[in-house]
Amino acid sequence: MNKDTRPASFLTSAAAKPLVHAACLAPLVWLVWLGVDGRFGPNPAEFINRYTGDWAIRFLLIALAVTPLRGITGLAAVMRFRRMLGLYAFFYALLHVTSYVALDQYFAWAAIWRDILKRNYITVGMLALTILTALAVTSPKAMVKRMGGRNWQRLHRLVYVAAVATPIHFFMMRKGFQIEPLIYGAVAGLLLAWRAGAWIRARAQGRARAAARAA
Amino acid sequence: MIIRQRPLHRIRSCEITPKAAFDDRRRVLRALGLGGLAATMPAALTMGLPGRADAAWRPTQGKALSGTPHPRYNAKVLGEDPAPLEVVGSYNNFYEFGTGKGDPAENAGSLKTTPWTIKVEGAVEKPGTYDVDDLIRADDIEDRVYRFRCVEAWSMVVPWLGVPLAKIIRRLGPTSKARYVYFETLFDPDQMPGQRRPVLEWPYKEGLRLDEAMNPLTLFAVGVHGQVLPNQNGAPVRLIVPWKYGFKSIKSIVLMRFVEQQPPTSWSVANGREYGFYSNVNPDVSHPRWSQATEKKIGQNNIFGLPIRQPTLMFNGYEEEVAGLYAGMDLKKFY
Ligand code: HEM
Repeated sequence: MNKDTRPASFLTSAAAKPLVHAACLAPLVWLVWLGVDGRFGPNPAEFINRYTGDWAIRFLLIALAVTPLRGITGLAAVMRFRRMLGLYAFFYALLHVTSYVALDQYFAWAAIWRDILKRNYITVGMLALTILTALAVTSPKAMVKRMGGRNWQRLHRLVYVAAVATPIHFFMMRKGFQIEPLIYGAVAGLLLAWRAGAWIRARAQGRARAAARAA
Repeated sequence: MIIRQRPLHRIRSCEITPKAAFDDRRRVLRALGLGGLAATMPAALTMGLPGRADAAWRPTQGKALSGTPHPRYNAKVLGEDPAPLEVVGSYNNFYEFGTGKGDPAENAGSLKTTPWTIKVEGAVEKPGTYDVDDLIRADDIEDRVYRFRCVEAWSMVVPWLGVPLAKIIRRLGPTSKARYVYFETLFDPDQMPGQRRPVLEWPYKEGLRLDEAMNPLTLFAVGVHGQVLPNQNGAPVRLIVPWKYGFKSIKSIVLMRFVEQQPPTSWSVANGREYGFYSNVNPDVSHPRWSQATEKKIGQNNIFGLPIRQPTLMFNGYEEEVAGLYAGMDLKKFY
């Protein structure tokens, strides 16, 4: 038996990153194929906008699942993929917003600006995009160094705000009472709840240690 | 085939076959092994009613259907090309079959449109349960090209086949108490799987003021593009109210009730702030989700193959016909 079949050794292998990149780009390749095959339907803007929005929120949640995954499984190697997964969330969000600006609004900037101010779901989407942009821009290692770990971490905690804002954006945009956005919202809620739990545990431990030292 | 046009006043309400009698005559013919005959034989013969119109249409999917072209509501006068059938039949909001635009075309095969009855009740002289092809006569069917504007800021030009609702309502004889007409869609989650999810309060409910229902523009549509209405478009019979947002044009109707009070409607119950009872197309009354100032014309593409965007017209371009209905009303308040 080859013991290299353990997940940790795959995760740390040189082949892992290209494979994850390929997996992350697969939805885009599929989208292009659907277009080539003429399967966007009569309203291509809507199709592309929804498709890329769906993948943006999925990658955001996948990226947010990395830390809990390490906590639960103890597989530290998954952390290698956190940044790129987050960047793919930003990438699909950018495609999503570009499709809205270009294919839906035909660059009618005045109308877009009115939408951002007046349509609550777009205001919320704009908030999420602004956060994802700030995080993407500050994601290179050099930026972490430049900002200092503490500041960097403080800024990157804004991802929790994006994790709340995006399902709200999704829910508000759908008409009637629809289950899909609620499922995304529930997943985001679980991922944030896990962090809250971990934080409370860590604090309790810290206090216990401090108490032990004082004693 | 020659379709005889009879003046409206000569169509008597007794010519509408009550459901029981209709079923009876079919049962008899079927028992005699004449089922096929029952389907094709002129109803006048089978019922022995004098001058009974030929029930020449049947809500059979894909079957050809024609109607008298309207001198005004046609593509030429409108100056716009209708969206092709593939578009009209593949881009639908019909949440009873799923919330995606392509879901209805995919899932509506489970809807059984024959036989189909519509219950008529309330403040009306001739209540009863009517077979749809008795309520809607082949020789009343008109071919009318209308603009169709969805609240989601897209629109299509659609060649409907239908009967002015006023004709049907007059035959049914609303009493003086009838001020509104209330409609319901079929409720049957086995046929309409989307009803298993609480997207809206099922069955789908809609309503019109009686004078809106009687306006010559309002249709009971049974076909589109020269054929019987595809299931995903609301077969076998749906309302078409071209100056209102699309959700007012309720599909797959099984109930018509004449009432005194303004009835609840599905979307106004779900979110009264966003969807009012009137829901007239109005570029000046913006919706919280969509600016209604412009619309995307699905089926009319620019050089990039994308739908063109155009300003939305007051009452969807039917101001002349319907503005009078709302004289003195604040349309910002009664949206
Ligand atoms: C300026 C920023 C944004 C704008 C203008 C915007 C615009 C839109 C629009 C117009 C829709 C509705 C499409 C329709 O009605 O068919 C939509 C839906 C959606 N958006 Fe955004 N969005 C923004 C940011 C984001 C971000 C950052 C994410 C995710 C990370 C996101 C995820 C989604 C999702 C999941 C949907 C629903 C797709 C579906 O129905 O399947 N959006 N957005």
